[in-house]
Amino acid sequence: MSGFNKVVDSYQEAMAGLTDDMTVVAGGFGLCGIPENLIAEIKRKGSKGLTVVSNNCGVDDFGLGLLLPNRQIKKIVASYVGENAEFERQMMSGELEVELTPQGTLAEKMRAGGAGIPAFYTATGVGTPVAVGKDERKFNGRDYILEEAITGDFAIVKAWKADKFGNLVFRKTARNFNPMAATAGRITVVEVEIIVEPGELDPDEIHTPGIYVNRLIQGTFEKRIEQRTTQPKGA
Amino acid sequence: MALSRDQIAQRVARELQDGFYVNLGIGIPTLVANFVPQGIDVMLQSENGLLGMGQFPTEDELDADLINAGKQTVTMSTGASIFDSAQSFAMIRGGHVDLTVLGAFEVDVNGNIASYMIPGKLIKGMGGAMDLVAGADNIIVTMTHASKHGESKLLTNCSLPLTGKACIKKVLTDLAFIEIKQGKFHLLERAPGVSVEEIIKLTAGELVVPEYVPEMQF
Repeated sequence: MSGFNKVVDSYQEAMAGLTDDMTVVAGGFGLCGIPENLIAEIKRKGSKGLTVVSNNCGVDDFGLGLLLPNRQIKKIVASYVGENAEFERQMMSGELEVELTPQGTLAEKMRAGGAGIPAFYTATGVGTPVAVGKDERKFNGRDYILEEAITGDFAIVKAWKADKFGNLVFRKTARNFNPMAATAGRITVVEVEIIVEPGELDPDEIHTPGIYVNRLIQGTFEKRIEQRTTQPKGA
Repeated sequence: MALSRDQIAQRVARELQDGFYVNLGIGIPTLVANFVPQGIDVMLQSENGLLGMGQFPTEDELDADLINAGKQTVTMSTGASIFDSAQSFAMIRGGHVDLTVLGAFEVDVNGNIASYMIPGKLIKGMGGAMDLVAGADNIIVTMTHASKHGESKLLTNCSLPLTGKACIKKVLTDLAFIEIKQGKFHLLERAPGVSVEEIIKLTAGELVVPEYVPEMQF
C-alpha cells in the first residue's frame, strides 16, 4: 500500500518542481486556514512570475503577502485584497496584475477546474465590470455570464488532520477554499497539523479523499488571527 | 434626526422573521444581530463557510480556525454547520438565504447597486457582494442617504462601477426606508423628525411620495 503513502519529509520536497511563471491555487480565507509553511517555502525558494489564485493575499508580513516584497507574484486572482498596503501599492502602480473575481465565482472556478468542467454560467457579475468580454446568455429569461474554470500547476492546501494516504479532515472555518483548491492542482500539496495511520479516520468523516492529494507534510503553525474580537466572560 | 447606526440596524431587524437564514454584510449590517426581536430565531450565514454564527468568543473560547466573513473571531450557535466556500455560495447563489443585508456607495432607480470600487481610489474587491446581490431575492441595502457634502447616493443612474444590476428592491438610509419598483424610488417611511421635503431634496433619482409617510418609531 506504500504507493498510496503521500507523506514527504521536508517542505523543500513538498514544493519540489515549482518553477517560475507557474500557477498556484491556494486555500484559505483571510489568514484562516492558509498553508502558511508552504507559502514560506515558496518565498525561500524565490520562484518568480507566479500567478496566484487565492481569495485574499495575506497581510504585509504573513501569508501570501510574504511573496510581494520580492515581486514573486506576477498576477493574482482574488475576491478581496484590502488588508495589505504593499499589495495596494503594487496594484495601483501596475506592477501586479489583479483579476478581481467574485468570491462565489472564484470557489466555483476552482471546483469546476477540479471536476473537469471547463466553464459555467452564473448570474453573479452580470452588468458589472466582471462581465466585460465574457459570453452572455439568457436562461429562463435571466442573463448569465460564462466563467471559465481554474486549475493550477500546484495547489497548496492546509487541512487539520490527514491519514498517510492523504485523506483530509478540515477544522471549522479553516475549511473555506481548501477542499476546492485541493481538487484544482496538477500537483496538490497539503500541510496538516496531525497525520494518522490509514484506517484511523472514519471514512464518513473525510472531507477530501486522498485521490486529490499528491504530497502531504506535517507542520507547526502560527495560525495568526487577523481580527481578534472577544467579549468578557459571562457577558 | 437622522437615524444612528444602531437605529438603522434596529429598523432592519424588524424585517426578520422566525426561521430566517440571514446573511449580514460588514459594518452596520453586522449590528442587526444585536436587535433580533424577542421570540424570533434567525440563523446567521457567514459566507466563509458557517451557518449559525454566534457571538464573539471569550478569551478562553478564542479559536483561530473560527472566524466570520469579516475575519473576526466568532463562536457557533446551537445547530450550526460548517462547509466549504463552494457550498456556501451554492446557498447564496441558489437563493436559499432568506434575507441579505449589505452596505453600498450608491443605488439607483433601476435597482442597480455600486458598493465595491471607486476608480482610482480604494480598490479592495467585491468579496462575496456580487454573489449575494445576484443570488438573493430579499435584500436590504443600508447606507447614508447622502454624502457629507450633501450629494445624494440615491441616483437616477449609479456613477460607480456596479456590484449588481437590477437587484435591489429595498433601501434603508439614515433618513428613510425606500422601496425600488418600476424604475422609481418609493418613500415608505421617514426617520423620526425628518421631513418629507428634506428626503426629497437629498434624493437625486425620481421619488414617489405617498400622501401619508409614517414616521419610524423607536
